[in-house]
Amino acid sequence: MQTVYGWLLLLPAVVLLAAFTHYPALATLWHSLHSTPMGSRPSRFVGLDNYAALFDDNVFWQALRNNLVYALGTVPVSIALALAMALWVDGRLPGRGLLRMAYFTPTVLPMVAVANIWLFFYTPQYGLIAQAMHGLGLPDINWLGRRDTVLPALMVVGIWKESGFFMIFYLAALQAVPPSLREAAMLEGASRWQYLRRVLWPLLMPTTLFVLINALINAFRLVDHVVVMTHGGPDNASMLLLYYIYQVGFSFWDTGYAATLTVVLLAILCTIAAVKFRWLDRKTHYQ
Amino acid sequence: MKIRMHRANRVLDTLGAWLLGILWISPLFYSFWAAFHPPAYATHFDLLAPLTLHNFARAWAAAPFARYFLNTFLLVTMVLAAQLVLSTLAGYAFARLQFRGRDTLFMLVLLQLMVMPDILLVENYRTISWLGVRDTVFAIGLPYFASAFGIFLLRQTFKTVPRELEEAARVEGANPLQVLMKVFVPLARPVYVAYGLVSVSTHWNNFLWPLIITDSVNTRPLTVGLQVFSSTDQGIDWSVITAATLMSAAPLLVAFLLFQRQFVQSFMRAGIR
Repeated sequence: MQTVYGWLLLLPAVVLLAAFTHYPALATLWHSLHSTPMGSRPSRFVGLDNYAALFDDNVFWQALRNNLVYALGTVPVSIALALAMALWVDGRLPGRGLLRMAYFTPTVLPMVAVANIWLFFYTPQYGLIAQAMHGLGLPDINWLGRRDTVLPALMVVGIWKESGFFMIFYLAALQAVPPSLREAAMLEGASRWQYLRRVLWPLLMPTTLFVLINALINAFRLVDHVVVMTHGGPDNASMLLLYYIYQVGFSFWDTGYAATLTVVLLAILCTIAAVKFRWLDRKTHYQ
Repeated sequence: MKIRMHRANRVLDTLGAWLLGILWISPLFYSFWAAFHPPAYATHFDLLAPLTLHNFARAWAAAPFARYFLNTFLLVTMVLAAQLVLSTLAGYAFARLQFRGRDTLFMLVLLQLMVMPDILLVENYRTISWLGVRDTVFAIGLPYFASAFGIFLLRQTFKTVPRELEEAARVEGANPLQVLMKVFVPLARPVYVAYGLVSVSTHWNNFLWPLIITDSVNTRPLTVGLQVFSSTDQGIDWSVITAATLMSAAPLLVAFLLFQRQFVQSFMRAGIR
């Protein structure tokens, strides 16, 4: 009886999850082994040909490298800033409410919308940064037009967008820390830095892991600013994996190859997921 | 000595915190500046510059914003309603019913936390086209109706509901669905609010999937409409863009300013559980 009831309650959710998560994941794997149908020529089984093409595709390697740089650059900085923000607004600073709001606001704004504003900041000659640089007597840099500055410029936007969100998790964790710990540490004559490193940091470890996983997933998932600000350019210097999938799939309509690229992205996400399930959730929830 | 250091620390903290805060809010400040001043002042700052609402009028005239607002509103309402119903049913089944295959199903649900429909663009596009609903607001929302996050969140919440309450309702003669609606749902109210805020802001801001699945003005949500806006060939008009940006973000921004505390707390609750 409970079995019938349970399955009935789950039916709508499971059908939709299967249709838009599990089936497409498997179909992607299947289609990655097939050629893209062209006009009258139907798709045919090509084995690992698409993967061989992947191997020789410089743009793919560039996107993969860029995405790794993007993740390695944005994730630690966002986490460090999030922790600093949380420590600040958890304490008794003047204007604490305003600060919380300032830090958190980027989270509620649509990325597409803020990307437009950042686009102006980075504009050479009359953009905000260009004007500031000019005022300081520094040279004008076309941040989004140069191969060496475009990815860092996007990373800044990513960090700005995400750290306020991660702050919230640290704030929640900090508020669960009993105040007696701090008093005890102060009585022992521990400096602030020692208290942070020896007492708080270990206590915040589960939060850090949780935030780390989310930040990593987001680093491979969030491309709205690439669409608005750079289209992956110049010369693919700001190409990220998901944006490349979008381009191959919906500008070149090469669905077979897009499936192959998606498999790579899925593999990356599954690796992160595996780490998550092994480490993080054994300690925190799902029991 | 110690006290002096303490005070120095406090000053440094305050300075650092405020510097970062100003940095973080400055893009928003800039868009307010540019949106409320004539285009001549969009790129240069003059405290005496005249204020104007003209940019908003121009933005409103340059794109079918009323339509975009309606589409976005329909989208977030539809997605939220579907998510709440489906997550409630599934969360209850996972939390309280014993049945074969439950744990396997739960693992399959959790998979969606890593692999969100946004990643599987090409296949989901194919499915939506096959269903014949491409270029509809329904198609933008459909892949998100079943939410692993929502199911997980409600399962955790329902697990904390005392068994005695449930049994008391049973004794009164309530059937399982009535127990769910009369006992579990009211007790989980704060979680519903938290989840609702997270869901609405996520789907209000979602971009890539709506961009792919819509191609007419009648179905585009605000985010996609905004993008079409900024890629005009006749040079970029910052005053109009900032005005359009503010209009698109305004409902969320106003809600956030009004319910700042609830917003932050609900994000905390939704994330931590």
